[in-house]
Amino acid sequence: MAQPRVVIVGAGPAGVRCAEQFVKAGLRPTVIDEGRRDGGQIYRRQPENFKRPYSALYGSEAERAESLHRSFDALHAAVDYRPETLAWNISEGRIHLLSGGRASSLAYDILVLCTGATDRLMPLKGWQFAGTYSLGAAQVALKSQACSVGREVVFLGSGPLLYLVASQYIKAGAKVAAVLDTSSFKQQLSALPKLMARPSLLKKGMSLVAAIRRAGVPLENGVTPLEIIGDPERGVQALSYRQANGEIVNVSCDAVAMGYHLRAETQLADLARCEFAFDQTSRQWLPQTDTDGRSSVPGVYLAGDGVRILGADGAENAGRLAALAALADYGHTVMDAELAALRKQQLAMERFRRGLLQAFPWPAQQAASLPDEAIVCRCECITAGELRRVVCDMGAIEANRAKAFSRVGMGRCQGRYCGHAGAEVIAAAAAIPIAEVGRLRAQAPVKPLPFNLVEDAS
Amino acid sequence: MKTEQADVIIVGGGIMGSATAFFLRQRGRSVILLERGLLGQQASGTNFGNVRRQGRFLPQLPLANRSLDIWRRLPQLIGEDVEFLPSGHIRVCYGQERVGLLEEYAQAARAYGLDLELFAGERMRARFPFLGPEVGAASYSPLDGHANPRLAAPAFGRAAARNGAQIFENTEVETITKQGDDFLVSASDGRIFKAPALLVAAGAWADKLCLQFDEPVDLVARGPQMGVTEPVPYGLKTVVGVTSARDEEILYFRQIPRGNIIFGGGGRGPAYPDLRRAYVMPQNTLNQLRQLQRLAPALANLNLIRVWSGIESYMPDDLPVMGPSARVSGLHYAFGFCGHGFQLGPGVGDVMAELIDTGRTTTPIEPFLISRFAKQKSERTRSAQAGLDQILLNVEE
Repeated sequence: MAQPRVVIVGAGPAGVRCAEQFVKAGLRPTVIDEGRRDGGQIYRRQPENFKRPYSALYGSEAERAESLHRSFDALHAAVDYRPETLAWNISEGRIHLLSGGRASSLAYDILVLCTGATDRLMPLKGWQFAGTYSLGAAQVALKSQACSVGREVVFLGSGPLLYLVASQYIKAGAKVAAVLDTSSFKQQLSALPKLMARPSLLKKGMSLVAAIRRAGVPLENGVTPLEIIGDPERGVQALSYRQANGEIVNVSCDAVAMGYHLRAETQLADLARCEFAFDQTSRQWLPQTDTDGRSSVPGVYLAGDGVRILGADGAENAGRLAALAALADYGHTVMDAELAALRKQQLAMERFRRGLLQAFPWPAQQAASLPDEAIVCRCECITAGELRRVVCDMGAIEANRAKAFSRVGMGRCQGRYCGHAGAEVIAAAAAIPIAEVGRLRAQAPVKPLPFNLVEDAS
Repeated sequence: MKTEQADVIIVGGGIMGSATAFFLRQRGRSVILLERGLLGQQASGTNFGNVRRQGRFLPQLPLANRSLDIWRRLPQLIGEDVEFLPSGHIRVCYGQERVGLLEEYAQAARAYGLDLELFAGERMRARFPFLGPEVGAASYSPLDGHANPRLAAPAFGRAAARNGAQIFENTEVETITKQGDDFLVSASDGRIFKAPALLVAAGAWADKLCLQFDEPVDLVARGPQMGVTEPVPYGLKTVVGVTSARDEEILYFRQIPRGNIIFGGGGRGPAYPDLRRAYVMPQNTLNQLRQLQRLAPALANLNLIRVWSGIESYMPDDLPVMGPSARVSGLHYAFGFCGHGFQLGPGVGDVMAELIDTGRTTTPIEPFLISRFAKQKSERTRSAQAGLDQILLNVEE
């Protein structure tokens, strides 16, 4: 049998470990990476001329980050690495790419999508003002460019990233005005048994909380965000929220970094025509795979946070598993013991994932109470009131229908930022379960495509 | 299970079916409309949104004129704005090759009440400065324009429902039989609907129903290749379309007041009616980006943010099927609009309602009758019109 042509999309923890596994088996995969360097979001490498040490950049994760980077450096000659390359479409066994203004396409026999995750966002009145960032964006500014997103930053939301980024900002010397978690202490406590599936990670999380408190930064649980106060000229001025005891507080700031854990980046899986299913635990639609990462489409494998949010360690395992699955499907001998060990580790990761979702739940109820004048879709400037109007007056209770009528999710980001919240607004307005709202179908291009690109002969 | 009954059953809730339902209610006829998905989801909801008469098959112009008259009155008529903008439309050609055809068409269209003005050279550059250097001439139709296809068919459906039409979405029609004077329509979930008149307006799904009445048609399902840019300041108010003998050159675009530029053309993509999916081929997208820069070089600075497709039905002679069945009394058809049905939608609805209600229509629809396919088996009727076809083909919405 001829060697299969392998294309991996993503060079984060899943993509790197996946590539490594293919190389071990004697194959030369092509690795497509949107980033300038490998490492993905979590282990994002600083620009070449930056000199901060691993300990400063990645804290407790320094060792894992360095290990991943070294592994990929060692693969340099054995893979076809294509950084700064956007995979913008998939069709008929080819993946379509854009790099440096040039468009090309690659045929594949095995495609492994390791597309990772981005912040899961809940709209808030005023979140369109300059100075509102996602937690991930705030972290990118710091990791990649050593910049803070503001002079006084409020960290708002829920999930591990909230505490991680806030503590990284504190450590870097930025002024953090407050860390506000929408989940209650009680919810976090109730998740402890599941979180014990990964005791070391739980311990790291608790140490982040302790570090924030030690720095004297106000940290509150069980808050309800009300509004980002600001204006188009000056941007963010303050954040208004309700404390757990019911008191309404305004905290002055010039930037808000917000996010509610993560959402899987699934556009390419959708364009590859993989089947999706609704995951009740995370209240999101996810592409379906078997234990090892085989999607519903032969030849297409999925790994990492783009399938379900298991975090970096889980993604490394998933990348390996997907490669092993593909290799097995192509007649390579795969060691059962290796598979079994990885699968077993993934079970603990899954238990921990459920723990995190219980500890830091997606605040679905906020969508229902979002004021009518609050913008849901920032690309198209569509308010919650307009979305509710098409649901209630025009009967658009399905996500794509509501998009067609209201334009929510129709802009540059194609609903990647507002899609989940939009679905919650629809479900609440129509009084139907969220799963019935469906999901926004992905359309190419994955990111905007310039007209003046140059086509390479493929 | 209770049998629902009405004067007319319409199968298919695209713009044809929805508009017919509306106009039948205006005539006091009771209506049941059955739609397998949601109103206006396929060809009617995903097309370019052209409300264009020029470039059409000339004998279709009376129907297109009747439709334009309704488009202009639409907000008053149905109580909703579907963003119809009579912005003007230009049909352009590259070089000089087809200038003669544009002139001939303009001459012939005058008899049908369609006034076109030809622009070329300095005059064209001054009037339409955004056109690229390869554009040789532009035929300007001042009264044509564009509308929002995502809104039009559902708006007709809602207006029909407000006036008493019974609209059943998510209702898949399985079989249709005629018993005595009545059509019995059974849905896949077992519901039965009954009426003495039936309209098949099922787009790319219509051929299966025609077959049930032994009136086979060669229908092909294809998907339009659409795209949209990010919003930029509103400046290109005229809808632009290219006429060409080469498929890859036949592009069209329009800008909407909120700023986005919507475009399509350059060939079609695969469509799968059974799966209810149609796809945009990446090579078509790339060709469109190339061709659009040729057509309007300033577009080079923009980004494409989204593509989409839908399921359209094409007939072998590029003309729709419209009018009564040749075999079964009470049965009517309105489907197969070959990618140029959106503008016609309101007019088709009005004509079909008239036809079903009174048995006749004041608008000529002879060339669109299903009976033409039976005739064509023995004689190639349209070959005599080949010269005309040269001008008429390659028109899309």
